[in-house]
Amino acid sequence: MNIIVCIKQVPGTTQVKINPETNTLVREGVEAIINPFDENAIEAALQLRDKNGGKVTVITMGPPQAANALKDAIALGVDEVVLISDRAFAGSDTWATSYTLASAIKKIGQYDLIICGKQAIDGDTAQVGPGVAEFLGLPQVTFAVGLEVANGVLKVNRLLEETNEMLELDLPALVTVVKHINTPRMPSFKGKIKAKNAVVPQWGAKDINADDNKIGLKGSPTSVVKIFTPPPKGGGEILKGSADEMVDTLVKKLRDRKVC
Amino acid sequence: MDYGFTEEQLMIKDLARKIAEEKALPLRAELDESGKFPWEVVKACAEANLTGIGIEEKFGGIGGGTLEYCIATEELSRICGGIALSYAATGLGTMPIILFGSEEQKQKYLPPIAKGEKLAAFGLTEANAGSDAGGMQTTAKKDGDHYILNGTKQWITNGGEAETYSVIALTDKAKGARGASAFILEKDMPGFTFGKKENKMGIRASATRELVFQDCKVHKSQMLGKEGMGFIVAMKTLDRTRPGIAAQAVGIAQGALEEALKYSRQRVQFGEKIGSFQAVQHMLSDMATQVEAARALVYTAAREIDKGSKDTSKLSAMCKLFASDTCMKVTTDAVQIFGGYGYMKEYPVEKMMRDAKITQIYEGTNQIQRNVIALELIKEMAAKK
Amino acid sequence: MGIRVLKDKCIGCKICVPVCPTSAITVVDKKAVIDLDKCTMCGACPSSCKFKAIEIVKEDVQVVDKSQYKGIWVFAEQYEGDVHPVALELLGEGSKLAKELGVELCAVLLGDSSVEKEAKELIAYGADKVYLATAPELKNYTTLPYASIISDAIRQYKPEIVLFGATTTGRDLASRIAARINAGLTADCTGLAIDKETKLLQQTRPAFGGNIMATIICKNHRPQMSTVRPKVFKKSEPDHKRKGEVIKVPAKIDQKDLLVRIIDIIKDTSVKVNLAEAEIIVSGGRGLGEASNFKLVEELAAVIGGAVGASRATVDAGWISSHHQVGQTGKTVCPKLYIAVGISGAIQHLAGMQSSDIIVAINRDPDAPIFKIATYGIVGDLFEIVPKLTKKLKEVRG
Repeated sequence: MNIIVCIKQVPGTTQVKINPETNTLVREGVEAIINPFDENAIEAALQLRDKNGGKVTVITMGPPQAANALKDAIALGVDEVVLISDRAFAGSDTWATSYTLASAIKKIGQYDLIICGKQAIDGDTAQVGPGVAEFLGLPQVTFAVGLEVANGVLKVNRLLEETNEMLELDLPALVTVVKHINTPRMPSFKGKIKAKNAVVPQWGAKDINADDNKIGLKGSPTSVVKIFTPPPKGGGEILKGSADEMVDTLVKKLRDRKVC
Repeated sequence: MDYGFTEEQLMIKDLARKIAEEKALPLRAELDESGKFPWEVVKACAEANLTGIGIEEKFGGIGGGTLEYCIATEELSRICGGIALSYAATGLGTMPIILFGSEEQKQKYLPPIAKGEKLAAFGLTEANAGSDAGGMQTTAKKDGDHYILNGTKQWITNGGEAETYSVIALTDKAKGARGASAFILEKDMPGFTFGKKENKMGIRASATRELVFQDCKVHKSQMLGKEGMGFIVAMKTLDRTRPGIAAQAVGIAQGALEEALKYSRQRVQFGEKIGSFQAVQHMLSDMATQVEAARALVYTAAREIDKGSKDTSKLSAMCKLFASDTCMKVTTDAVQIFGGYGYMKEYPVEKMMRDAKITQIYEGTNQIQRNVIALELIKEMAAKK
Repeated sequence: MGIRVLKDKCIGCKICVPVCPTSAITVVDKKAVIDLDKCTMCGACPSSCKFKAIEIVKEDVQVVDKSQYKGIWVFAEQYEGDVHPVALELLGEGSKLAKELGVELCAVLLGDSSVEKEAKELIAYGADKVYLATAPELKNYTTLPYASIISDAIRQYKPEIVLFGATTTGRDLASRIAARINAGLTADCTGLAIDKETKLLQQTRPAFGGNIMATIICKNHRPQMSTVRPKVFKKSEPDHKRKGEVIKVPAKIDQKDLLVRIIDIIKDTSVKVNLAEAEIIVSGGRGLGEASNFKLVEELAAVIGGAVGASRATVDAGWISSHHQVGQTGKTVCPKLYIAVGISGAIQHLAGMQSSDIIVAINRDPDAPIFKIATYGIVGDLFEIVPKLTKKLKEVRG
């Protein structure tokens, strides 16, 4: 089966730093990684390919350095990659991004399944997966924690707030996955050698027949007015005394504030 | 610092470090306590192709040499010496096949090991034959096209977990140095069982068991090399893998050094971070210098072997001797820097100190290493005259 | 159109340089220069510049006739015939916004016939109108039937703002609809306001795991759509005497939309209280040591009427099911009280709970990051503290 995985290159948030003087988020020098949920998406695709045969193609929309994320994907064992990159895509919100990715997928042509990570850890919107499904006219299942394919039918275990839903649908379809679905494999040495020597194909707006009015800043319904760092939570107190004393103080404070 | 590593060697280092930090680190305390085998880490090493590190590409490996093996082992050991050994011991068990195996034997045994589907182990030591390997008592009596093995090997790393075993046994005691032969054995061969799992001071995530042979019948095609080559197989194997154990020692020492450094910058006594006291600084300086020196010696020995040099016994013995002594000292000093906390199991350094001790003992005790070095020195002097 | 540096305002202070996630900014001859090949126009640098020397200018294109779009809609999510609390919270906030704009507040309710009774509730909680679509196929939520009916209704009735709860259903649905009708959607909002001049909906929401906040607007597309976190807004006091209209919307079910078949729904019996809704959460972390020690957390939660949460480490270790996981890859919660037991406070966990009103941290390590955001911190052995706390709370609560 042919599987397409959409990924995003994001800054690794484990190293996030706030500059106390300027109160801005320091993103420079932070390692760029494959969005963690997308690693699970790649792993899900690879597992389905290893079991059912076929091909895994990974695509990403981003600036030129996003090619490194695609190379990381090659090191994990995917078969093909494509970088969707063009100055014209800058300023895309989730609507324009979904449209752009869907246009690229239409150019790829044949696929059985599209897998996306639930959300990107920088944007945190979880909107692109469903957006791509809409532009391609595909049924969608989000928050998948289990995936199986048999005879052209996709079985999904969906993780909701308090329940698990077991669903079935025919391919082709689009699925977004959560972290609990699998443990991503390690990149392999042979994969890293392949990635080192790989040339990443790049498609621009014209290559994917994108409508100028639907991409980039122009095509985005939403725009950012401002970005600010929330005031630091601080102002807390460390309680003192013996265990009993600390517990008593805590209970009194919580009761005074009427929380319990 | 990239120590003059090639791009491929740096890839191996990155992969091993990633596995160490993501897979081994969360497990090390628990495995040290329970003694359970780190299958999850071995699986990650297999995914990363590290299980094929020393095996030729045509058998599914990545065609690396001693240095690559040392790089991977060192990175894993920095996090946990026991988990690292569970990975590295397969290299030891595989080396006799790589060095002395026939094409058929290599074709049969190497690919599953390269893929990480099977592990290997090396069986030489016995209750009465440690340093004195010649004192072994396990026999392999010729019987037509077969050999019947009887005896017990002791303290075999990966014993019981591995499928492939390189075992040295006496085929003709009377022949002295030519009296032993090497065989490839498989788990579940009739007459081949395992003894109890040892309860060890350190490297507890590594499985150590007896190999018990009771009329274990093996076909002559399982022999490595020719009859009588057993001790040579053993010695050549150990020469090649000794830097790997030295790398384990360097890794453990590095891990201990980093913990001690971190702690010295957190712990406050007398109103100051203890890392600002000269006494502590001098300890850390000595530790860091020794680790770097040990590392340099290990890489030098590994490179010399990979170049194909003939006389590498001295360097090999030196790097193991120095690295393991360094490891013991650095881990002990690390515990000292941690003070009382260093003695508590909640902090990682007491485990590192317990793990360190074995590096001075196995793969040839440091006393034997000194003998080897002395002999080599004398040989060199004699050759010059 | 695009991004540009206003050279007369830029003094080359370099504050913007490290803020860029793609390292697109350099300072040459004391002026910031942006590499357009690397720039993704994410909006970080204009906000960081003290001198307003960087701007992103967008063409002001009239996409729709905005004057035609009036009213605020709230998607009334329901489960097993009962309206989800978040819908009532949105009606509470929606009322305020509707009043400011001088427009109607409506609820949109889909389900089978068992949901009809909820229309009255929605009116009591602030809806002037309830758009109701019922059909057996709508009993359990699946994306396409719901998206089709609501998209058609939006096209017909033209609300200017549509709000959804940021639940699994809400996020799944809103993003499909927004793509279909070319609307602007902002996810996971923690703040909504009407700009007095422009009358636009100002949507504030966290990004980067909550490390930064962004304010988003949707200038020319309609409707302006948002998903909103549960428990961010408060529901109003219900007024059962309120009058409202129930408008039946034809539930046109297209067979092409019935592509997803629900085979089974499995409730997690260990989840006694839905984390996203809990007012009090007691969470356990790796400091608990082993699975069986979660009972300390459960006992405390039971005494205090709270839900049980967990850090990712404990879920990965298999000590508790993933429905309890709080954090960037688990659930985001904002209860009144969050008690973190044996949790160190890794950034990924904080992302899921740092907006809780009161945070109590119990941890043996005084340097644990969680203490930086805790309202009250206890440095101590949780095996000693937690039982004492449970006991004391039992006493005072009677």
